[in-house]
Amino acid sequence: MAIRERLSGNEAMAVAMRQINPDVVAAFPITPSTEIPQYFSQFVSNGEVDTEFVAVESEHSAMSACIGAAAAGARAMTATSANGLALMWEMLYIAASSRLPITMSCVNRALSGPINIHNDHSDSMGARDSGWIQLYSENNQEAYDNLLQALRIGEHEDVMLPVMVCQDGFITSHAVENIELLEDDKVKGFVGEYEPDHYMMNPKEPIGVGPLDLPAYYFEHKRQQAEAIKRSKKVIMDVAKEYEKLTGRSYGYFEEYKLNDAEIAIVIINSTAGTAKTVVDKLRDNGIKAGLLKIRVFRPFPAEEITAALKNVKAIAVMDKAESFSAVGGPLFTEIKAALYGVADGINIINYIYGLGGRDVRSDDIELVYNALLEIQKTGKTGETYRYVGVRE
Amino acid sequence: MRNRPSVKRMTPDISWKDITPGGTIYDAGNAEDFKTGDWRAMKPVWIVEKCTQCMLCPPVCPDTSIPVKDSKRLDYDYDHCKGCGVCVEICPFDAIDFVKEGE
Repeated sequence: MAIRERLSGNEAMAVAMRQINPDVVAAFPITPSTEIPQYFSQFVSNGEVDTEFVAVESEHSAMSACIGAAAAGARAMTATSANGLALMWEMLYIAASSRLPITMSCVNRALSGPINIHNDHSDSMGARDSGWIQLYSENNQEAYDNLLQALRIGEHEDVMLPVMVCQDGFITSHAVENIELLEDDKVKGFVGEYEPDHYMMNPKEPIGVGPLDLPAYYFEHKRQQAEAIKRSKKVIMDVAKEYEKLTGRSYGYFEEYKLNDAEIAIVIINSTAGTAKTVVDKLRDNGIKAGLLKIRVFRPFPAEEITAALKNVKAIAVMDKAESFSAVGGPLFTEIKAALYGVADGINIINYIYGLGGRDVRSDDIELVYNALLEIQKTGKTGETYRYVGVRE
Repeated sequence: MRNRPSVKRMTPDISWKDITPGGTIYDAGNAEDFKTGDWRAMKPVWIVEKCTQCMLCPPVCPDTSIPVKDSKRLDYDYDHCKGCGVCVEICPFDAIDFVKEGE
């Protein structure tokens, strides 16, 4: 029987880490992810885990310590947010290119500046090209479930890549909600032991990790790394199926909410999907065919599957909780638009930047977006595609 | 392709399918395969008839590229000589010429 609990998103991540009992956790406190290493260090002090907890002096060192530990053959985990993630930047790339399956809880927060501690997705969206697999979570339950699956995905021999599990800072990281936990032994059975083929602490096979890679080899390594993240798509689904057998909770690349016969739809990431679902229900009560697609896997980007799910929708609004300063729209918008191009042309598609720096996003705001889609559906005119909701004009 | 090397050694004609993941080096002691002399721009040339075997040049070579046998220096190990020219400077007898590589 699963355990019914009430936990915040941060507590859920720390509990998952206790159940995983990783070899090494190296982390530095930063709002709003601080509680994860804080709770976890209590588990260490209480002797509830065997983990070597490294209290580093910066996030750059946190990721460096994880890289060193993973290269040595350890299962290494960390947690961070915003500027902490930014300080890890160069090491994120090194972790991924060295093919070290480190697992991170990324509690999404606006990346300074101006300095702000509240939620948006500018931190992890900025890290989208670092080679990490990115899983996003609507609530504490999804964050917990994603973290357990993340290990199996990243450590799979066809993948060997680091994975970050993202959730919304404060909104889900600090809000206490009901959650269903697995028993410790079931988690242990699911995640298993990390047994890499090659590791630096193996006296029978001395290896060198992270050597200089000049023009004769670097390109081949990048091509191989791209292949690994392509292959992760299958692994993500296989792991989800196995997890569903264990828990009854089903996961895919994304969640479709009343999308099957939808004529208007929004594409959204993380906690605001919850707010948007309420709006979808309300619109459906009024006979409006509204739907929603919530991204779970952003890296690798499931372009074909998203296109198949959206191809019959008449008008789409892609919601970005991050600016990319491309002057044409947010990061999710450009990806979705590129996915649809040449495959599902003729769909009217617009972009909304919303909720930056923790600006509250209410059901009214989401309703405004659906109303704009209804107008587009009626007139057939897209108008300005690069829009904002919730900003003072 | 799996995350394990299909070859032990990387060569310049290896494909991305076979190259070791992350560039990990699986065989210790492979430095002997690495010819560090190939980026030499200037090349020292030993003029045997002017050489007095004073033995000033072998110890100043940073790359141990002047082999010594029976207390006498031999010709350069061009696989590892980087053309720094320290031996040219130290030679009191103008017994080492210094020319552009390829000339």
